Amino acid sequence: MSTETLLEVKDLRVHFPTGDGLVKAVDGLSFTVDRGDTFGIVGESGSGKSVTNLTALGLTDRNAANITGEVLFKGRDLLKLGKEDLRKIRGKEMAMIFQDPFSCLHPFYRVGDQIVEAILCHDKIPKKQAEQRTYDLLGAVGIPKPKERFRDFPHQYSGGMRQRAMIAMAMAHNPDLLIADEPTTALDVTVQAQILDLIERVKTEFDIGVILITHDLGVVSEVANKVMVMYAGRAVEMGTRDEVFGNPQHPYTWGLLESIPHVDHKGSKLVPIEGAPPSLIRTPNGCSFHPRCPHRFDPCDKDDPEIKDRGAGHPDACHLSAAEKTRVWAERQAPRTKAAS
Amino acid sequence: MTQYIVRRLLWSWVMLMLVAASVFAIFFILPGGSGKAGPGGHSSVAVMMAGKNPRPELVENIEQRLGLDQPVPVQFGRYIWRMVHGDLGYSYQSNQPVLEAILLRLPPTASLAIGASIIWLVLGVLIGIVSAIKRRSLFDRSSMVFALIFLSMPTFWLGLLAIFFFDGALDIYDVGSYVGITSDPVQWFKVMWLPWLVLALTDVAIYSRLVRSNLLEVQNEDYVRTARAKGLPEHSVIRHQLRSALTPVVTMYGLDLGILLGGAIITERIFNIPGIGAYAVHAVTSSNLPVILGTTVLAAFFVIVANLIVDIVYAFLDPRVVYK
Ligand SMILES: Nc1ncnc2c1ncn2[C@@H]1O[C@H](COP(=O)(O)OP(=O)(O)O)[C@@H](O)[C@H]1O
Ligand SMILES: [Mg+2]
Repeated sequence: MSTETLLEVKDLRVHFPTGDGLVKAVDGLSFTVDRGDTFGIVGESGSGKSVTNLTALGLTDRNAANITGEVLFKGRDLLKLGKEDLRKIRGKEMAMIFQDPFSCLHPFYRVGDQIVEAILCHDKIPKKQAEQRTYDLLGAVGIPKPKERFRDFPHQYSGGMRQRAMIAMAMAHNPDLLIADEPTTALDVTVQAQILDLIERVKTEFDIGVILITHDLGVVSEVANKVMVMYAGRAVEMGTRDEVFGNPQHPYTWGLLESIPHVDHKGSKLVPIEGAPPSLIRTPNGCSFHPRCPHRFDPCDKDDPEIKDRGAGHPDACHLSAAEKTRVWAERQAPRTKAAS
Repeated sequence: MTQYIVRRLLWSWVMLMLVAASVFAIFFILPGGSGKAGPGGHSSVAVMMAGKNPRPELVENIEQRLGLDQPVPVQFGRYIWRMVHGDLGYSYQSNQPVLEAILLRLPPTASLAIGASIIWLVLGVLIGIVSAIKRRSLFDRSSMVFALIFLSMPTFWLGLLAIFFFDGALDIYDVGSYVGITSDPVQWFKVMWLPWLVLALTDVAIYSRLVRSNLLEVQNEDYVRTARAKGLPEHSVIRHQLRSALTPVVTMYGLDLGILLGGAIITERIFNIPGIGAYAVHAVTSSNLPVILGTTVLAAFFVIVANLIVDIVYAFLDPRVVYK
């Protein structure tokens, strides 16, 4: 089976002019998502994950931001499309679910009606038919007694059920790409796993591509087959899950990995990454991570490392040599492994 | 819900009693009131009604007739007892039943209040929506300036200015005598349109600013982003925003209308509209206690009823609200 490219982002830049200066929320980002992928985007909050995807969906106000680059969706550049053409794609071919299911549904409309509305705005079918489809969708995402729950208002749903309803709404038109922006962050741990399972199931059943945004590398390691690590509006490392988790190249990725609580590493110390994310207005010279990087050396505060394959088999943006990286990472892991054994 | 409404109704009665009691107390104690603090240990009201240099027997006679010779709690108890039975007493001046007199003055007040409220609701909401959608546009900025002007203008001044301008300079309005809508609708409209505008303009300013800021706040809600993300056309997205932004406006409208139904004192006086407000002012200047009490209790009644209606309507507008 040949892979079909769904989304190809090329050198995307999203800069917001503000009173304090130009906020470079996304600054030269390129990645590709194929059908069948669960493409994980990881990074601390503020690294530009949401802006990237909202821009792809045409939800970043073009008057409030300078947007350059290309967002090719099934071959068409979304950044060149007009508002109405974009609207026809949104919810139809490309759908998105969000972090906080508590605030994402309109509190004054019935859950079912909100899904019916999503169906009818792209398909001119009789309302009865749309309602029937909504029952089916609610049932498919695991909401019991869909006919009854159809008439509920969002506040009568639990957090997990609301996220299920959001997924049902997103899948109403069988889109090609589902963007899930931190879909489990606001939920209980047990519910998190169920929602991730549901997204995986939906992906396989509908044969779509999924972008899974999270600040939790643990979530990505469970479900993603490709991973992109973002820092300050850029990708610092990208590859398959095995590449990034088995052979991590960037000190920022190392930091993220060390902050995952491992069940099998009980007792080992969780190391938070020191320092705060940089200002997106005055980004540091050279590598934007260098002020927080314990391994910085000569060129780091002058040369901005581009993201490319530096000998590890997958691209990263760190000046250290591949050999050096292998050594340092092994060194950093030693105490953790010891503590675990 | 039924239980809630019953409880609210009972509370409404308590509120009405409290209002009646406070007004009763104030006008009993006040100099020139009905208490026996006037000249010669007599009630000032009775003295006034007896005319110039009255014989003490006449004053006592009047006091007896009005029941002012009874102990205060008895007077109040009688008043409440009658009120519960729909009897607000008789005007000291005309001997007309107070309730009848007030009901006679309700249509002009209601015409004024309802007409003005429709104007400010429609204009306020429309201007607010356009200002929010076309934020920072010339329209938004100029409506802001007008809002500030009208907000800072006292009603009596705005009213006099309007009369000077429309009756005097332009001569397209005549301050005339009020005619009921049932007897002559055209004349009724001719008399009412300017007082409506004068009474409405301040509220147009308030409502348009409220609608605008509510809409701007709602624009950043996650569910509005969801509406866009699912591909709704812009007018549907705006409908989602309005559904949230206008809900508090409904509440405010109900309360404002309730307050106005108790009489718009200044506007009624300026435009010579024989409503409850004008009647109340007259009663105050002539120490006509039964009328003062009656108009006050009626005003309180409207506010309390408006509150009740607004709360019940709100439960239908916001499904999250549960009354127990
Ligand atoms: N409309 C906007 N105007 C100015 N700055 C913005 C705007 N939207 C987002 N940003 C900034 O862009 C940065 C990236 O935000 P975001 O993509 O939401 O981060 P993430 O999703 O990775 O947590 C943040 O610093 C945020 O403050
Ligand atoms: Mg985000």
